[in-house]
Amino acid sequence: MSQIILNGLFVGSFYALIALGYSMVYGIIKLLNFAHGDVYMIGAFVGFVTLTSFGGLTAAATVPTLILLILVAMIFTGLLGVGIERVAYRPLRTSPRLAVLITAVGMSFTLEYAVRQIFGPSPKAYPVRLSGGSLDLFGARVSTAQLALMGVAALLMVVLAFYVNKTREGRAMRAIALDPQASTLMGINVNGVIARVFFIGSALAGAAGVMAGAYYGSIDFLMGFVIGLKAFTAAVIGGIGNLYGAMLGGLTLGLLESFGSAWLGGEWRDVFSFACLILFLSFKPTGLLGARVVERM
Amino acid sequence: MSGLVVDGVDVHYGRVHALRSLSFEVGEGEIVSLLGNNGAGKTTTMNLLSGLVKATRGTITWNGTDLGSLPAHDLVTHGVVHVPEGRRIFSTMTVHENLMLGGYRVADASLVEKRVQQAYDLMPRLHERRKQQGGTLSGGEQQMLAIGRALVAGPRLLLLDEPSMGLAPLIVKQVMEIIAEVNQQGTTVLLVEQNAKAALRIAHRAYVVETGHVTLSGPAAELADDPRVVEAYLGA
Repeated sequence: MSQIILNGLFVGSFYALIALGYSMVYGIIKLLNFAHGDVYMIGAFVGFVTLTSFGGLTAAATVPTLILLILVAMIFTGLLGVGIERVAYRPLRTSPRLAVLITAVGMSFTLEYAVRQIFGPSPKAYPVRLSGGSLDLFGARVSTAQLALMGVAALLMVVLAFYVNKTREGRAMRAIALDPQASTLMGINVNGVIARVFFIGSALAGAAGVMAGAYYGSIDFLMGFVIGLKAFTAAVIGGIGNLYGAMLGGLTLGLLESFGSAWLGGEWRDVFSFACLILFLSFKPTGLLGARVVERM
Repeated sequence: MSGLVVDGVDVHYGRVHALRSLSFEVGEGEIVSLLGNNGAGKTTTMNLLSGLVKATRGTITWNGTDLGSLPAHDLVTHGVVHVPEGRRIFSTMTVHENLMLGGYRVADASLVEKRVQQAYDLMPRLHERRKQQGGTLSGGEQQMLAIGRALVAGPRLLLLDEPSMGLAPLIVKQVMEIIAEVNQQGTTVLLVEQNAKAALRIAHRAYVVETGHVTLSGPAAELADDPRVVEAYLGA
């Protein structure tokens, strides 16, 4: 039982990291960025390229190298996210939403098949594997590297929550999500803040990409597709546009999957998680934390 | 020329000609009111001044600075602050956070603190409700919050678009008193209003705008007695 919970929380923390980017972008420009899962895939490939070009295959990596790798991937994918927004989404800012949505799908395919052209269609073995000892936690076996990765994910989320809720720039982000035009009147450079949101969201996805590569051991150009949908599911479960909702939704989805696999068998895992999405959309479309705003006019 | 000078401005929305060779001036320290009915071009004028729409012809200068060439988000750094129609406060953020956002471009944090405090002194109701979400305030309180938020930016020219809209007469009076108080402390005010009676009570001068250009102008006291204004805007 505690093993199921722990596995669920571990996978859930990946989902949460990716769902955060989904949710932040949706919150600020009301766009479902379907290319977001592919940014996660690119993050995994950046880690792959970095490691193979520095010293080749490492059988077992220590936690510090892994963290360094995560940082490199975060910077790269962050800048990639800014570029995507600049090239594909900003010119369509005032277009009908459907146009931007289709562009996002197109961007997703662009990233997937560009990586396929460069690295080929077959999966790549990730040159770094989580190693180190394992320990016993409430009767569940967990490796120290797993714990370290969960720690990194948790740290990133805490820093993000602080940034968004307590700083001047975070306040500007929340203001734009509510009313971009009034924000402009306050002197906020709306495009600049949106670019920053893309940087942060994409960097978090990149971090998750490296973690997933190291955890699952193999990566391929389509790995972002299903996880993108799952992050979307997590964001909806939590209440899309809500920061804590994305974190909670990610962990909830991880747990749901973990229990779904344990009770129904691993092959039913995705059926179970997407069935949950449908249930949420029918019965609580605002998600766990997406409460309706009370407003007096 | 000091103050705000709008000279021969045209604005088009697609094929709609919203402003036609509009010209007016606001001297430093004045309260000037733009009066007119729905669709006369008042809000377009405000959006033009704060950079949200661009003129197809004509110039807008504030103390010699060409406002037409600046991006909208840089206008506050020139002391031009716009309180938009419908208040547009950030509804799920607290009163205090709304005020802090007014100081977004003020680099000196202690100055922001000081101005937030001044806004609370001017409007004690906001202080009582500082931890409440903006959207839960009454209409009058939201209007005060919108004005307070603009004051934290440190305006030298305050653009107010229909501050009396949807408010009870007693509240309109309070809001107008606050505006007069802000003006006495040295802020130039451009006040756009449909409620001509309330606006003319505090304004020094006024312009009547019809279909995008000025049809009548003069000192507020004179306009308040002008039969054309009385008939069209003040009611019999």
